[in-house]
Amino acid sequence: MTPAPAPEVLSAPLAVEFPFTRSLGPVQSAFLTGLRERTVLGVRTADGRVLLPPVEYDPVTAEEIRDLVEVGTAGTVTTWAWNPAPRRGQPLTTPFAWALVRLDGADTALLHALDAPGPDAVRTGMRVRVRWAGERTGAITDIACFEPYESEPDPRGAPHDGEFADPVRGIVAPARLDYVYSPGRAQSRYIAALAGRRTMGERCPSCRKVYVPPRGACPTCGVATEEQVEVGPRGTVTTFCIVNIKAKNLDIEVPYVYAHIALDGADLALHGRIGGIPYDQVRMGLRVEPVWTEGGRYPDHYRPTGEPDADYDTYKELL
Amino acid sequence: MNPRRVAVVAFAQTRHRRRSAELSEVEMLMPVLHEVLAAVGLRTGEIDFTCSGSADYLAGRAFSFTMALDGVGAWPPISESHVETDGAWALYEAWVKLLTGEADTALVYSYGKSSPGQLRDVLTRQLDPYYLAPLWPDSVSLAALQAQALIDEGATDERALAGVAARSRCAAEHNPHAQLAGSAAPDALLDDPYLVRPLRRHDCPPIGDGAAAVVLAAEDTARRLCPRPAWIRGIDHRIEPHGLGVRDLTRSPSTRLAARHAGLFDDDAPPVDTAELHAPFTSQEVILRRELRLDDDVRVNPSGGALAANPMMAAGLIRLGEAAARIHRGESHRAVAHATSGPCLQHNLVAVLEGEA
Repeated sequence: MTPAPAPEVLSAPLAVEFPFTRSLGPVQSAFLTGLRERTVLGVRTADGRVLLPPVEYDPVTAEEIRDLVEVGTAGTVTTWAWNPAPRRGQPLTTPFAWALVRLDGADTALLHALDAPGPDAVRTGMRVRVRWAGERTGAITDIACFEPYESEPDPRGAPHDGEFADPVRGIVAPARLDYVYSPGRAQSRYIAALAGRRTMGERCPSCRKVYVPPRGACPTCGVATEEQVEVGPRGTVTTFCIVNIKAKNLDIEVPYVYAHIALDGADLALHGRIGGIPYDQVRMGLRVEPVWTEGGRYPDHYRPTGEPDADYDTYKELL
Repeated sequence: MNPRRVAVVAFAQTRHRRRSAELSEVEMLMPVLHEVLAAVGLRTGEIDFTCSGSADYLAGRAFSFTMALDGVGAWPPISESHVETDGAWALYEAWVKLLTGEADTALVYSYGKSSPGQLRDVLTRQLDPYYLAPLWPDSVSLAALQAQALIDEGATDERALAGVAARSRCAAEHNPHAQLAGSAAPDALLDDPYLVRPLRRHDCPPIGDGAAAVVLAAEDTARRLCPRPAWIRGIDHRIEPHGLGVRDLTRSPSTRLAARHAGLFDDDAPPVDTAELHAPFTSQEVILRRELRLDDDVRVNPSGGALAANPMMAAGLIRLGEAAARIHRGESHRAVAHATSGPCLQHNLVAVLEGEA
């Protein structure tokens, strides 16, 4: 057997990014539209409290709640934390305090940033007010932050019908997370071998199956696959489909064939595109070989070898 | 009808580390699965039910739990389930499954690799998507708001919090799995700068990678597999309203309620001698002690707790495993274990474990 070499730890940047599009309930819609219009709306619960930020359902009774109340734009800090190193996406780029602020007329507190010169200028119980963003779209970020503001608390809230022209019905919340991805031992070895145009599988020490690509464990036996086995380069199409829809950012003419290919010596089929043959002539049992492009780190596609088709019995367990 | 009795009969965990780039998730997990199964002499195919806990956001890898299943040996298909949260909740699901009588044994595992991402940013994605997530409030900042509320209330101060950190990390010197062990004296810790005031680095859990697994068994099967099973007297989990500003951050009524339903306060129950609390931040231990009514006789976090190792999605399960392991070793007669999920002790699970007299 070939002993498994200690793989170099591969890593690559991985960004996961989604623009989440979310619809709003009637209370959230009124609240976020209100922020756009510099109006802060809470909602009254069955027990008479005013929740801010407002929710669609009563946290105690779970009933729908719809009685909106306009609260003040000044309020009181109920707790705070000094953030000396703002992170990406946070409301301010200079050091600030996170604060929970109970706005006048509300019974609960809203989380936001508080722009203050330093931690010594912040304390629980201090008075603050909303600083509005210059450009407002109907989002929690329409509040740019809070700022210190000496004032007397005014606990009166006023009923509000929540009606605004052109109400906001949804938000688009972009989210991006950055990772440094490492594939682990088995896949690092596989990728490293591919760079040399060799396809290495790994054999299960228990059931002797050869997995390509290897994932580090035999899913039947639940043990590590360590023994390296070179497979291919030729293989057999076990099954395939004809792709008729052009994928975004993929420069391949449709229709084309995407196939499961059992490389010679492998006990698991991998995926690949079939080229060099009209799409409607690809068939189960077709013998294929990889086609590498200059500098490519994996086969660009597979093409017919010209050998006779494989007998069904030779690959029926690999379907 | 008396419900079936179910016990934790084995526990294993990794040596938790800051990073494990050379291992995929299944490669990190597999040795732990082998260790826990070897402890009870079972093979995967002999386990009736398997339940896991993990979160794809940590390493940014979609459906990573299906890859992790390779390490179990899930083919031909096994009876299996997954929760997208801490493995303590996977244990809860498995416990319920055993109570129904549909299974006699269960394998529960969980893992988390936080090293590929920026954990403080990743965790913002679990928050309310309308009012909180757009502000990217990071996990340390949210815990700091809770700590400040507790200090304002007079329930603790920064010196006392440093004491929690020092006690936990000194206890971890006896825990070979700990990521952080040993500590300067509390007064010296206070010389460090704030990370997010009022929290300093020592008030926060280490970020790292790790995995854990337990085996559950019912009745006679448990007795056969383990000389001294850790019987689960009760488990319950409860959750707070999701609005941080709706909650009194100095209290954890969900923990109190879960503890009551788990039997911690039962009139006929002897007191616990050990508590394994999932308090990633020092200030959260203060809250949990109060809600669980732990007096000074109770040994809290002899493992070092989450301040010594906090592999996300595993650290709660590890609390249950550590408490059970002390019962297995005869070092505890009755223990309470707690797991948490979400910001500022949002969701809390409490289990009461007992050894046979």
